[in-house]
Amino acid sequence: MVSKISRRGVLGGAAAVGSVGWGGLVDPDDLRRPAKAVAQANRASEPTRPYIGTPTSRIDGRAKVTGAAKYAAEFNEPGLALGPGLAHGSLVTSGIANGRILEIDAGAALRVGGVIDVLSHQNRPDMAGSDEAYQDETAPEGSPLRPLYDDKIRFSGQPIALVVAEEPEIARFAASLVRVEYQDDGHVTDLYRQREAAFAPAQPGASRFGPPKPRGQAEEALAAAAVRHAAEYYVPIEHHNPMEMYASTAIWHGDGKITVYDKTQGVQNVHRYLCGALLMEPDDLRVMSPYMGGGFGSGLRPQYQVLLAVLAARALERSVRVALSRTQMYGLGYRPAMLQRIELGADGGGNLEAITHEAITVTSQYEDFYRQETGWSGLLYACPNAKYEHKLARLDLATSCDMRCPSAATGVYALECAMDELAVALKVDPLELRLRCYSDRDQNTDRPYSSKNLRDCYRQGAEAFGWQRRNAEPRSMRDGGELVGWGMATGVWEALQMPIAVRIALSADGHAEVSCATSDIGTGTYTIMAQVAADMLGLPLENISIRLGDSTLPQSPVEGGSWIAASVANGIATTASAVRSELVRLAKQMSNSPLADAGRDDVVFADGKLVSKRDASRAVSIADAMRSGAVDRVEQQRSTTFADDGVHAHNTHSAIFAEVKVDEQLGVIRVTRVVNAVAAGRILNTKTASSQIMGSVVWGIGMALHEETLIDHNFGRIMNANIAEYHV
Amino acid sequence: MSQTSKAPSPIGGATQPPAKIEVALTVNGVEAHLQLAPWTTLLDALRDHLDLTGTKKGCDHGQCGACTVLVEGRRLNSCLALAVMQDGAQITTIEGLAASDALHPLQQAFIEHDAFQCGYCTPGQICSAAGLIAEGKAKTSDEIRELMSGNICRCGAYPNIVAAIEQAMAVMRDKS
Repeated sequence: MVSKISRRGVLGGAAAVGSVGWGGLVDPDDLRRPAKAVAQANRASEPTRPYIGTPTSRIDGRAKVTGAAKYAAEFNEPGLALGPGLAHGSLVTSGIANGRILEIDAGAALRVGGVIDVLSHQNRPDMAGSDEAYQDETAPEGSPLRPLYDDKIRFSGQPIALVVAEEPEIARFAASLVRVEYQDDGHVTDLYRQREAAFAPAQPGASRFGPPKPRGQAEEALAAAAVRHAAEYYVPIEHHNPMEMYASTAIWHGDGKITVYDKTQGVQNVHRYLCGALLMEPDDLRVMSPYMGGGFGSGLRPQYQVLLAVLAARALERSVRVALSRTQMYGLGYRPAMLQRIELGADGGGNLEAITHEAITVTSQYEDFYRQETGWSGLLYACPNAKYEHKLARLDLATSCDMRCPSAATGVYALECAMDELAVALKVDPLELRLRCYSDRDQNTDRPYSSKNLRDCYRQGAEAFGWQRRNAEPRSMRDGGELVGWGMATGVWEALQMPIAVRIALSADGHAEVSCATSDIGTGTYTIMAQVAADMLGLPLENISIRLGDSTLPQSPVEGGSWIAASVANGIATTASAVRSELVRLAKQMSNSPLADAGRDDVVFADGKLVSKRDASRAVSIADAMRSGAVDRVEQQRSTTFADDGVHAHNTHSAIFAEVKVDEQLGVIRVTRVVNAVAAGRILNTKTASSQIMGSVVWGIGMALHEETLIDHNFGRIMNANIAEYHV
Repeated sequence: MSQTSKAPSPIGGATQPPAKIEVALTVNGVEAHLQLAPWTTLLDALRDHLDLTGTKKGCDHGQCGACTVLVEGRRLNSCLALAVMQDGAQITTIEGLAASDALHPLQQAFIEHDAFQCGYCTPGQICSAAGLIAEGKAKTSDEIRELMSGNICRCGAYPNIVAAIEQAMAVMRDKS
C-alpha cells in the first residue's frame, strides 16, 4: 500500500503553463494564470475564482456520495427493475476456446416459468453481414466479433446465447440449463508456444501504431559500444476490472425507438456501432452514459452486452437489461501480454550509443490489436542509433485492447529496467544516467517538445524523496529485519488533442448549460468542464450545468488517450469566446450603451457582467444585454480541431521514486514510499489531477506485484476470473 | 472432436423458480413488505425491488465490498446475504445514511478529500467506514487500512479514503 504520496513534485508546477497545444485557436492569455496559486491552494478550501488550476471539489461529488448517481444497470424507466417494463438478459458463454457450435438446446431453459426467450445464432434477428459494420472508431484491423452471429467459437467465454426472463435470477438460472454441443478444433493460449509464429503487423515507419523507422546503424553501434546490456522482460495479461460490471439497459419506446443506458467511454462510438451492426436508423437510437464506474480503456470499444440488450429489445419489443457477471468480464479485452528484448549500448561515460527493442504482444485470431509498443524506448533518451521490431502472436483469446497507457505501461517498464541494469554495469547512479541521456527533442521525430520539464521532475522528485542519501551497494540499506531498496524510473506519455464540439446556452439569469457528448469515467470531466466554462464566461461555478454522456450532444471522440481534458477545455474556451462576442455585440447595440465605444477585446466578463477594461464603472449585465437585444438566451456551438503544427512533439513526463522493503525471512514485499513528480502541462484541477496520479501509482504497484491473468492452457480458459484470485 | 457442455444439475432437481415469500425489511427507517424468492439477495432486493440503486454490485461474490450496507448497525456484504434471512431487520443504505438533507460527515469528507473517482465503490466504502467507526476498533491510519481492506477501489483512491475517514472520525468525535 502507498503510505505517502508526495505533493511536492511538479504537479501543477510553474514550468508547463499553456504548453500542451493551447495555441492558435484560443487566446492563451484567457487560460494562463500564474501557477504559483496552484501550489499554495488548500485542498479542502472552497473553490475560488478563477477556478482553473484550483483544487475544486467534484461537482458530481454529492451525487456519488449519496447514491443518487445512476450507472448503466440502474435506469429502470418506466417503473421498477421488475414488472412488465423491463426484461433481464443473462448470457451463456462458450466452454471451449476454438471450434463450432453444433447445437444449442434451450428446451429446458425455455420451460422455466418467467423465461421469455433464448436468443442465439440459431434464431437471432437480422444483423449486418460485413466486418465494416462492426468496426467501431477504435477497432483494430480485422474481423470484429459478431455476438450471436454464427456458430464459430473464437475464445472461451464468448457469448453464444442470451436468456431473457422477467427477473434476473430466473434468467441466470435458466442460462445454467442451456445445453451446448461443440465441435472442438483445439486451441493455443500460451504465448510461448506461438512465439515462433509471431508476425509483424506493420513495417517500421508505416503506420501510427507500428514501430518507428530505425535511425543510424543500431547493430554496428551496439557491437562497437564500450558497455552493453541486453535482457528480456515479460508482462502477463492483465484485466481492467473496473468496479462497475459491464451492463446496458435498453429502454423500448415503441415504434423501434430505443434509449440505451450503457457503460462506455464513448456514447457516440456506441451509437454508430449499433446503427451499423443492427441496421438501425440513427434517429431511432440514443445512447446515454451519465456515469461510468471505471473504464481504464475497457470501455473504448463497444462491448457485446450493449449490442445484445438492443438486439433483444428490438426482437421482443420491450425494454431489456443485460448485465455481465464479473467472470464474464474476463471475456472482454485485456492488456496484451508482452515479451520484450531490449539491448542498450553505451560509451564508458554513460552516453547511449544504441537501442534495440523487440517485442511480441498477444492478440486474437480475428483482429490485430497493437499500439506503439517499442517506439517509446527510442523516443525518450538521446541516442543516435535505434532499431525497433514488433510482432503479434495470435492466440485463441478475445482481442486484446487498450488499458491505461497502452504500450507505454509495458514498453517503458522494460526500458527503465534496462536503464537501471545498464547503470549498474556502468557503476553510475541511475538518476545520473538518465540525466546524461537527457534529450530536449523527441528522438524519433527529431522535433523539439512543446514543453518538457522532466529535468525539474528529476530534481524536485529526488529532493522530495531524499535520493541523495541512497546507498547503491546491494543489501546495504536496512530497516530492522527488512532490506530497503530505493529505485527510480522515468515516465512518458502522449499529450494529444482531438476534434471536439461544444455547445453553450447562456440564459439571461446568468446560467450556462455546457454540452458535449464526452464521458466522465471518473477522471473529473464534469468538474473541469464547469471550471473552464465558469472562468471563460465570468460566472460562478454553481451557475454552470454540464451535460455529457448523451449521443445526441455535440460531437466528441471517445474518452481515452488522455486527450479529453485538453480537447474539451479548448472546445469550451472556443465556444465561450463566441458567446462573449455575441454578448458584446448585444451590449454595444443598447441605447446609450456604456460599452458603445468598446472593442471586442476591451471587455472582460466578471460576476455576470460585461465590464470595460479601461473603466470598470462602464458595465452592462448579461441580463440587460439580452433584454435589449430581445433574446432570452445566447447559444453557440463550435467545433475545435487541433492541427499538428508540424514543429513540436507533445508528451508528458514524470520521474518516479520508490522505496521498497523486503522481509528477508518471509520475502514479503512492501512499497512504503513513492514520490511521483509529473510534468503534464497546465493542470486544470489540482485535486482531481492528484487523484489521477495517485491512482496511477496504485496501478503501478498492482502491476508490479499482484496483477496477472492466469490461463489453464489445457482448457484455454482463464482460471482466476474473479477479484478474489485476480488481485487488483 | 465433439463434446457437450454439462449443464449443472438444476437446484434440488427443480426446473421452476421457487415460490415467493413475504419479507419485511425496514430500510432507512421505512418498513417495506416484499414478495421475494428465497434466492434473492439483500443486494438485489434493494436494487431491483426497492429501487435503491445507491448500493452497488461490483462482483456479486463478496470480494469487493461495493454492496456494503448496515444491518442493525453492522456492516454486511449485501450480495452474500439472502433477503429472506434478513426478515424484520433494520437496514441502512447510502441513501439513508444522512439524517437530513445535510451530508453525513463521511460523505462530506469523501467529497473534500476526493476519496473517489468513478464513484462506484463509494457507497460501499462510506457504509463500511460508518460501520468501522461504530465498531470503535480503528484508532490509527494503519488500523483503518486493515479494517477497510474488504472494500476495493480500482481507481486507487485509497490514501484519500483513509484521510477522509480520519477526518470524519474527528468530526464525529467532536460532535459526540
